[in-house]
Amino acid sequence: MGRTLIEKIINAHGGGECTGGDVVWMGIDNRSARDFAGANVVGNLEKYGGDSPIDDPEKTFFTFDCNVPANTIPYATNQHRIRLFAREQNLKIWDVDAGIGSHVVIEEGLGKPGTTTIGTDSHLNIMGSVGAFGQGMGDVDTAFAFKSGKVWFQVPNSVRVTLKGMPAPGTEAKDVALAMLEEFGSHTLLGKSVEVQGEWLDQAALSDCITFSSLGTEMGAIIILIPPNRNVLDAFSMKKEEAIYADDDAGYEKEYTLDISGLKPLLAAPPNPHNVHPVSDYKDVVVDGVFIGSCTNGTYEDMAYAAKLLKGRKVASGVMLKVVPATRKTWDRLLHEGLLADLFDAGAIVSNAGCGGCASGQIGMTGLKEIQVSTSNRNFTGKQGRGDTYLAGIGTAVASAVLGRIATVHELKKGV
Amino acid sequence: MASLKQEGRLWVLQRDGELISDIDTDMIFHNQYLAITDIAKMGQYSFDNLEGFKDFAGLAKPNDIILAGDNFGSGSSRQQAVDCFRCLGVKAIVACSFGAIYKRNAINSAFPVITMPNAKASDFRHLEVIVLDMDKGLLGSRKIEPMSGVQKEIFYAGGLFEYAETLK
Repeated sequence: MGRTLIEKIINAHGGGECTGGDVVWMGIDNRSARDFAGANVVGNLEKYGGDSPIDDPEKTFFTFDCNVPANTIPYATNQHRIRLFAREQNLKIWDVDAGIGSHVVIEEGLGKPGTTTIGTDSHLNIMGSVGAFGQGMGDVDTAFAFKSGKVWFQVPNSVRVTLKGMPAPGTEAKDVALAMLEEFGSHTLLGKSVEVQGEWLDQAALSDCITFSSLGTEMGAIIILIPPNRNVLDAFSMKKEEAIYADDDAGYEKEYTLDISGLKPLLAAPPNPHNVHPVSDYKDVVVDGVFIGSCTNGTYEDMAYAAKLLKGRKVASGVMLKVVPATRKTWDRLLHEGLLADLFDAGAIVSNAGCGGCASGQIGMTGLKEIQVSTSNRNFTGKQGRGDTYLAGIGTAVASAVLGRIATVHELKKGV
Repeated sequence: MASLKQEGRLWVLQRDGELISDIDTDMIFHNQYLAITDIAKMGQYSFDNLEGFKDFAGLAKPNDIILAGDNFGSGSSRQQAVDCFRCLGVKAIVACSFGAIYKRNAINSAFPVITMPNAKASDFRHLEVIVLDMDKGLLGSRKIEPMSGVQKEIFYAGGLFEYAETLK
């Protein structure tokens, strides 16, 4: 029997002829740590690293994206501890200006199809969006990878999900991901490598793939692997033969089909990401704040879509609209193409690039009883503050900001 | 040497008679404390965002064992969500299932996380003193999944780096 995509990627990284359940050592192409947990990685390396704490400085780097620039003294201290260590070891830092590490890794072409990346970001499995391996790990694992270039890994069992049909116009990648969460909850795919396929994915843009794979963590999956389509290959100037795909006769533990034909916009209501409902069921909920950004919905395409919808419109009185582009490069494009002006003129607060609302502080938290619509990926109690967070796509977020209540993008198009 | 047999009080994390599932890392160790790097300071924040158990840190005693439902430790990759329990002297967490990153973090820190797929709150009394035998695979008289080979080796070595030394 043939091999699944994750088995083939691990095999290509020294894992041998492995199959689900095997424990292997795998080589890591990109070894990263963020400002969050990065200081602990440094601490581990100081304790255990000996004379040569870094296996390969070319493959090892830090990305600051959690608290940027630091707004607490402990964070500032941690970041600077990392800077001093990085200087000493000759390691690259994408510092507080750069944006979300996982997006930088993709943007810089380091995380291209077939590669392996680990780091202290639990959404690093976002690399599945380009048919690559990525995994968030704790500071011990990460320090170990810095020092040795490898990690131990239990090869997950693979399942396959076929998405049938095409969603309705105005429905986004986020809505399709929420449909997955509604279907599978947080346990069904727990610990699995989830390969996905279907007509919608065949034509999806890289930004759609990123959004879609980013919710794998909330499904409990090890990773959601999207076989690279033409758009993704083009983004890395790669030929199909250079990427890794599952064998045609690969065996899957289970096969699922999810019908997304005519899918309409969805949201995840508090208190968890799999509490998924049609947006239209929540029309009467008055909104106090909207956050647009995060590794789930912070790409240039997401921001450009928000800007297009907001152009010539105004955020409702009393509503805070917080916008955080994922990376500095995204910021650059938005600025020089004039899209930032559209966001600003509509009333948005636009912050520097970073993780935004997901890590306490960058662009504020919610207060008790505050209702927020967020394009991020987690709405657990207390995650983004004390308020209630509804997860949704860009269209729903913008429409809700403009109308001051939860709304679909279609309501916006009625000329409001 | 670390022992696969532990005796301690059992915290049954339940709500309405059911073991609580999806206890995520923000409920275990909230992101407002993420800048803390000293393990000795982590224990005091354990579960301080878990409704019904916010007073856990003050009441926990060394050797306590925790029992929870599915997907314990889902969410972020923070090692503090493991280390906070080590700080308090908690000896193990038994759950129906674990978040993948959490499980790795615990294994790498030689902190026992044990799977008990069909655990039920009604099978145990909250805070009863119980024996956890990770060698025989028993919590009291009920079956738990044994530790995997890697987990056991890292546990005995005392952590991932110590384990790697044994491979040289």
